[in-house]
Amino acid sequence: MRIAVLSGKGGTGKTLVSVNLAAVAKISTYIDCDVEEPNGHLFFKPEDVQEEEISVKIPKVNNELCNGCRKCIDFCKFNALAYIKDKLIVFEEVCHSCGGCIMLCPEKALTEREKVIGKVQKGTSDQVTVYTGILNTGEASGIPIIKKLLAENKPEADKLTFIDCPPGSACIVMESIKDADYCILVAEPTLFGVHNLNMVYELVKLFNKPFGVVLNKCIEGENPAENFCIEKNIKILDQIPFDNELGILNSNAEIAVRENEKYQALFSSLLETVKKEVQHETTSYS
Amino acid sequence: MKQLLILSGKGGTGKTTIASAFIKLANAKSYADCDVDAPNLHLITEQSSQPMKTDYYGLPKAEINPELCIKCDKCRQNCRFDSISVDKKYKVDPFACEGCGVCKAVCPVEAISLKPAVAGELMLYANEGEVFSTAQLKMGSGTSGMLVTEVKKQMKSEIVNANLAIIDGSPGIGCPVIASLSGVDMVLIVAEPSISGISDLERIIKTAAKFGTMTVICINKFDTNVENTKKIEALCKKQRLTFMGRIPFDSNAVKAINNGRTIVDIDCASGAAVKAVYNKTMKLLFEEGGGLRS
Repeated sequence: MRIAVLSGKGGTGKTLVSVNLAAVAKISTYIDCDVEEPNGHLFFKPEDVQEEEISVKIPKVNNELCNGCRKCIDFCKFNALAYIKDKLIVFEEVCHSCGGCIMLCPEKALTEREKVIGKVQKGTSDQVTVYTGILNTGEASGIPIIKKLLAENKPEADKLTFIDCPPGSACIVMESIKDADYCILVAEPTLFGVHNLNMVYELVKLFNKPFGVVLNKCIEGENPAENFCIEKNIKILDQIPFDNELGILNSNAEIAVRENEKYQALFSSLLETVKKEVQHETTSYS
Repeated sequence: MKQLLILSGKGGTGKTTIASAFIKLANAKSYADCDVDAPNLHLITEQSSQPMKTDYYGLPKAEINPELCIKCDKCRQNCRFDSISVDKKYKVDPFACEGCGVCKAVCPVEAISLKPAVAGELMLYANEGEVFSTAQLKMGSGTSGMLVTEVKKQMKSEIVNANLAIIDGSPGIGCPVIASLSGVDMVLIVAEPSISGISDLERIIKTAAKFGTMTVICINKFDTNVENTKKIEALCKKQRLTFMGRIPFDSNAVKAINNGRTIVDIDCASGAAVKAVYNKTMKLLFEEGGGLRS
């Protein structure tokens, strides 16, 4: 059972929800797909960490073989190649590793080399297996790292896996929720929060994913995110109150459910609700 | 024209809240929202007219003509993005296709063509000598970096008599952030005093440094964790980054935003603090010709 946690807007509490759900589930897997800003590992502080570098394939030029025909340059849709002062230059940052230039070069002047763009770490924290993807600074796309993270974890029906997604609703989020059985959307009670909740709501609908909303940082009075859910008839899974104590624990990268029974109860109940929802969805879909 | 870009690394630290306050304080004539994934600045900057909308075409998408296809499988074997599948017919997944054109190049019977695809929408508000450029990326789309570049181009295409442009950036360190960094004079990072925030701050500082952009820092909601605030200030000192000030957590800020107003439109503690940050930033940007390079 794969559960993806996403939000559109940043800072609404994706990591809070996914880390605490994984911790309260006891035996589970947590995958941090927010490879640009991975934070889950700061909470779990995993032990026995194994690390693997992730690389992409980049063209390498042999300028002795290159005759300047520019076929590769004409072909490249990403403008990753240029012929400057009788020399073919590769702009690595914009290369998408499609391999087209190498395939087309009539002089065989281009070959491939591996370029490291980041890494994947695997470790454990109590009985939670923690996977973290980390994109190197200066690199444009973390998608190859996310692909690797999710390929390593084949979905298993009886095992709970929580996927902490990146913010936004672009390709990188889509990649993260691709194989998810259920999506939890975390929303905060602001005008910005609602606008971005609407975007991920459209995204999960587009991909036909069953989903529910967790309202975070709830304060007394009107909650625009709650109104949005009621209006669209969206399942509200739980409301997490705005709470200084929780805020402090979270800002110090402590796992709230391991520190305080109050939060243990809160997230246990959320976990039960989510499990019921997933079962309901799988039975009604099959 | 000096360009000030507001970034944060971590999401939700207050980029748009601070950008909108700066726009108000500066009475800015030129500004843009480069968070094309989740744009919010338009919600809080009053616009008196409707925007001019243009479709944004990202990279094209491959399409297979089943009548010409001889099922040789070459396209599927050579696609690096796993975007071609076969189930009786060969098909392209438009979300996975990056438009590289390799499939078209290997197809022996010219059954594949590259079709232009709309990947988002650009919006330009221009009135009374003021220009606001923004965009919305289509869901699940790639090429957000290219769209960011278009947003900035669009902002500069309208000639306005402005000496300052304020650009609201996106979270993270990837392609949209890298695209937004090019050509700006200064980056103001809005940091948050949490362990996660500090980790993300270090990553965005490194990213900005790779592009040689002058970087300054302020801390939002500093009083939610004073210990971590002190850690960030020490980090700035160590890395010789100019510190622009502390902004307190303020429930009035949420109220202002939810009413579509900036925090400097009302009398509140966070508004007063952001004014001080604004004055210091402008002084550095205009009078001292730049601070310490990171």
